[in-house]
Amino acid sequence: MKARVTVTLKPGILDPQGKAIEGALRSLGVGGVTSVRQGKVFDIEIEGADRAGAEAALKSAAEKLLANTVIENYRIELR
Amino acid sequence: MRSAVVVFPGINRERDMARALRLISGRDPALVWHADTSLPPGTDLVVLPGGFSYGDYLRCGAIAARAPIMNAVRDFAAKGGLVLAICNGFQIACETGLLPGVLMRNAQLRFICRDVYLRIERSDTPFTRGYNAGQVIRVPVAHGEGNYIADGETIARLEGEGRVLFRYSSPDGMIDPNWNHNGAMNGIAGIINERKNVLGMMPHPENHVEASMGRTDGRGLFAGLADHFRVAA
Repeated sequence: MKARVTVTLKPGILDPQGKAIEGALRSLGVGGVTSVRQGKVFDIEIEGADRAGAEAALKSAAEKLLANTVIENYRIELR
Repeated sequence: MRSAVVVFPGINRERDMARALRLISGRDPALVWHADTSLPPGTDLVVLPGGFSYGDYLRCGAIAARAPIMNAVRDFAAKGGLVLAICNGFQIACETGLLPGVLMRNAQLRFICRDVYLRIERSDTPFTRGYNAGQVIRVPVAHGEGNYIADGETIARLEGEGRVLFRYSSPDGMIDPNWNHNGAMNGIAGIINERKNVLGMMPHPENHVEASMGRTDGRGLFAGLADHFRVAA
């Protein structure tokens, strides 16, 4: 089973890297960009076909390691 | 003072730390490997040193915070043992929940390696008893992620409970954004936990302890700790 965990900064947390990318896009002349926030994507493969079990494992992975829940949110997608 | 310095893969300041501890406490610290599950019996002080544990992969300190030895470090802290967490060690302490908040990318996005000035906010802790409150010391920093942030409630608690021990300042002790090189909230350079036995700080006092290093401003921290244990013993 393929899964994707997306980790993003919580709203209100300052993102200096996102700000720098936003500035770079502006200097490249890419129009209409009003804000950039940088995050992380984890593509994970899980054995078996137990969707509920996979979801529980991914939640545990996100809470224990992939995200720092003080500053980050995460989203789990199973395909 | 019996100290133990925890060694994670990718750490590079453990020898500086061991040298400073030996010089000031007169006793060699134990170097404890990250995969160990216990600390040497009789340990007074655990040090999480600086460096780049696991290459800073995922988030600075995130993987080291889950290393086997960290269970023993958490138990040690829970029993009131003193933990000194410097630089990457501060990041590890935050990731493992020993200290609140997060060290984010420096506001200017640059790795900063130079001396900074720190104002000592209080001297009535085992970590700062070698200094006077209000004293300014000059010590090096070397980090890309030292920008301390926490939610408003946490910052209010840290300030209200007097848990900020070190703040980036001007040479004469003024708190000024121009002297806050990494953008940390309230110029926070070092904090202690609620129980006041875990200190996390970004700067490197262990690198200013001998005349040959140019300055000795960092000695006070180690001398204070050694005094603390001498008095307790």
